[in-house]
Amino acid sequence: MDPSALQEAWKALTQKSYSKKEKAIEFIARHDGADAYPAMKAMLDGKLYFSIRDRTLFILNEENGHYTFTPLSGGQVVSQQTRRGFKKVKINNRLRTRLRQALALQQLRHDDRDLRLAAVQELLKNPDTRAARLIRNVIEREPDAAVRTAMQTLLAIMQLEDGDESAQRQAIDELAGSLNPSALNALKAYRPPDEALKNLAAAAIRKINHRRELYAHAETVFFGLSLGSVLALAAIGLAITFGVMGVINMAHGELIMIGAYTTYVIQLLMPEHIGISVIVAIPAAFVVSGLVGMVIELSVIRHLYGRPLETLLATFGVSLVLQQTVRSIFSPLNRSVETPQWMSGAFPVNEVLALTWNRFYIIIFCLTVFVALILVMKKTLLGLQVRAVSQNRLMARAMGVRSKWVDALTFGLGSGIAGMAGVALSLLTNVGPNLGQSYIIDSFMVVVFGGVGNLWGTLVAGMSLGIINKLLEPWAGAVLAKILVLVFIILFIQKRPTGLFPQRGRAAED
Amino acid sequence: MTKTRFKNLAMALVITAVSFAAAGLARAEETIKVGILHSLSGTMAISETTLKDTMLMLIDEQNKKGGLLGKKLEAVVVDPASNWPLFAEKARELITKDHVVVTFGCWTSVSRKSVLPVFEELNGILFYPVQYEGEESSKNVFYTGAAPNQQAIPAVDYLMNELGVKRWVLAGTDYVYPRTTNKILKAYLIAKGVKESDIMINYTPFGHSDWQSIVSEIKKFGSAGKKTAVVSTINGDANVPFYKELGNQGISAEDIPVVAFSVGEEELSGLDTKPLVGHLAAWNYFMSVESDENDRFIRAWKKYIKDDKRVTNDPMEAHYIGFNMWVKAVEKAGTTDPAAVQEALIGVAVPNLSGGYSAMMPNHHITKPVLIGEIQDNGQFDIVWETPGLVAGDAWSDYLPGSRDLISDWRAPLSCGNYNVKTKKCSGQNY
Repeated sequence: MDPSALQEAWKALTQKSYSKKEKAIEFIARHDGADAYPAMKAMLDGKLYFSIRDRTLFILNEENGHYTFTPLSGGQVVSQQTRRGFKKVKINNRLRTRLRQALALQQLRHDDRDLRLAAVQELLKNPDTRAARLIRNVIEREPDAAVRTAMQTLLAIMQLEDGDESAQRQAIDELAGSLNPSALNALKAYRPPDEALKNLAAAAIRKINHRRELYAHAETVFFGLSLGSVLALAAIGLAITFGVMGVINMAHGELIMIGAYTTYVIQLLMPEHIGISVIVAIPAAFVVSGLVGMVIELSVIRHLYGRPLETLLATFGVSLVLQQTVRSIFSPLNRSVETPQWMSGAFPVNEVLALTWNRFYIIIFCLTVFVALILVMKKTLLGLQVRAVSQNRLMARAMGVRSKWVDALTFGLGSGIAGMAGVALSLLTNVGPNLGQSYIIDSFMVVVFGGVGNLWGTLVAGMSLGIINKLLEPWAGAVLAKILVLVFIILFIQKRPTGLFPQRGRAAED
Repeated sequence: MTKTRFKNLAMALVITAVSFAAAGLARAEETIKVGILHSLSGTMAISETTLKDTMLMLIDEQNKKGGLLGKKLEAVVVDPASNWPLFAEKARELITKDHVVVTFGCWTSVSRKSVLPVFEELNGILFYPVQYEGEESSKNVFYTGAAPNQQAIPAVDYLMNELGVKRWVLAGTDYVYPRTTNKILKAYLIAKGVKESDIMINYTPFGHSDWQSIVSEIKKFGSAGKKTAVVSTINGDANVPFYKELGNQGISAEDIPVVAFSVGEEELSGLDTKPLVGHLAAWNYFMSVESDENDRFIRAWKKYIKDDKRVTNDPMEAHYIGFNMWVKAVEKAGTTDPAAVQEALIGVAVPNLSGGYSAMMPNHHITKPVLIGEIQDNGQFDIVWETPGLVAGDAWSDYLPGSRDLISDWRAPLSCGNYNVKTKKCSGQNY
């Protein structure tokens, strides 16, 4: 092979045309092999640069705002404060796919097990004879079972295409046990030479589809639980203020929003520790939203007890004031809360079922908040006093409970929990002035459905509404699913006006 | 003692106030009033506030250049608060009470539909800066955003020809723009030989935030062995959780690219774009366009808004083009009289920010280049493809049965926004 042709190919990467770059990459991948690995990896990561002066390639290394350019083919390392004089080798989707395929072939021998698995999965998307040849060389030495299975799937797909009859039979057996979409597609595209193989392939497809369906149901339940936990989180605070105290608080959504903005501010304050910032934000949001809630209680709601219509209008006004305040302080633009590393991505159960980490943590968070709240209500003095005041205010006062103080604290507690819900929501959706509006209706729905004044009812109602919604969604579409859920609740409330778990007697807690 | 001092102070205040008001009145005689009708509160404030600031900057710049026809321009800003009927009220107020000669405003199609009868009744001028679904051409509205053939169709062509996409997910928010655009796109794809079973259409409510099952459905739809892409008309806000979910479920741009028509630099600025690198957007302008005109505009914008991190986007360019067109038309007509300016506007050409010229067509749409950009990790777009020349906006889509035969031409003698070339009739209804 002519080394100057290879050099030409490397140089071609500095051109503007994506199709020329693509040809160059293919050429390099075919001829340069393992030596090209670091440069290709850098190119994929957007770290391959070229000097504008003489178009030689460099790999960029950035450290605390300091840029080091290491030349690909020997020469002086350039170290400077800016990227001046260098230009990035731009890539697009097509090039990215090509690069990944080329890198995957190299990564098959990598020491890191995850990288090897990723490589085989990349190759599975587009299996070819070259990949199969390479895999046959390494599969014997592969220590990891999962990687080996994926490799076998790829080999089986290739066998299905060009093996003899017994090899095809073996391949079908192998593929029938795989959940990889490529396996299913290969079986579907398979043209069997005789009746027996045809039946075998059909049976394999049925088996795969059956298993996929099973996992799809599991996935739906997980989605439902996670949506349910979001609903329940948003509603638990309301279950206190509306359920236990009987205050129709239209500003509940804005207390959630304040919690979300608290998360944003905490992240601004500690940009180096995004991972912990979310944890820090939980108590911070509780305090901030709780204080705001107490101020609302002391200044507005206190004077309107027993007048639900006025309370509704006044708190609606408060919600508009809070929205516009946030809009003036933080601008009407949405703010971005960065999801910490440990919360992003998914946990792959198998090739069709992956549970996303952020949803998983939010389910756990919701349950934790719920248990903590139950404990506060049942085991602490505050909980006792809250229950006493809501059951019989006069009697409680006669026993020496400072009912006004308890009212403020209870409202603060409900508001604080709304703030903690805001922390969770900030990781899922937009942090903007309108965040709360989209959750206020849902929150009321959950509390009413679950039975006013019953914390367990709120949890069960949130979870069941989440699952119902997710069951309906694939079948009816997102818009209709929401409407159907509403219709269902209206009918349910007609039948049982007190919700799922009605209060017994005059007790707020049973 | 204190009392008299207080009295004096109050007196002085009153006098100052009166003199200010008088000065204001005197000045009002000499200024040309320009209406700005963008929501500064409510849901749409997120997008529209920027456009209000853009207009204020453009008017400010024009005044520094000496104004127009020897007079200063004066901005009249009203807040329709994302409330569609209020848009109509505020529009009427602008024209009848404030006597503005031109209005720049609206974002959503429903707000435009709401003000349309007002502008037609009072014969005003509205510049509408946002990409929209087409199927409309009013004598009083000038559409500086993209029509479907200036955004959606070229984007689909790019996916089909350059990326070899065979299966299509058309995902949108449930309202008029995505519904009409998807109707056009579906007809277009079927005309190109795509099977119905290879098209999946999905609508979600405004501000949808739980994308788990839809993203998982898209993933399943895309695992059938054919290259799949998502064409997204999902509206602003709902995009953030959508893209977050895409990232979390591990769908990369190489597997299933998403091309969006409503996601620009401003929407991305509220988002961590690292998991999104490679997803696409189709616009007529990106902040990363390399041209002197654009560099100057970005510098001026950052200076005006006093924030070095602020970005520019496509609707801002549309206002830039629209404002300059109006200025040029007024100079050409020698008057700000809306009727005369409407006529003078047709054929006016001004520089756009991507280094060329945009012209106002007889159907009140403009010519623009179409650009496809890939999202980068810094929240900007890399332009990976552009149309070889300018594309003229088409008010009536060629791919919908009802509008195929309609043309719009506001020049005499036709003067019709809705002329049927088959029946040779002008329906008289402009929208």
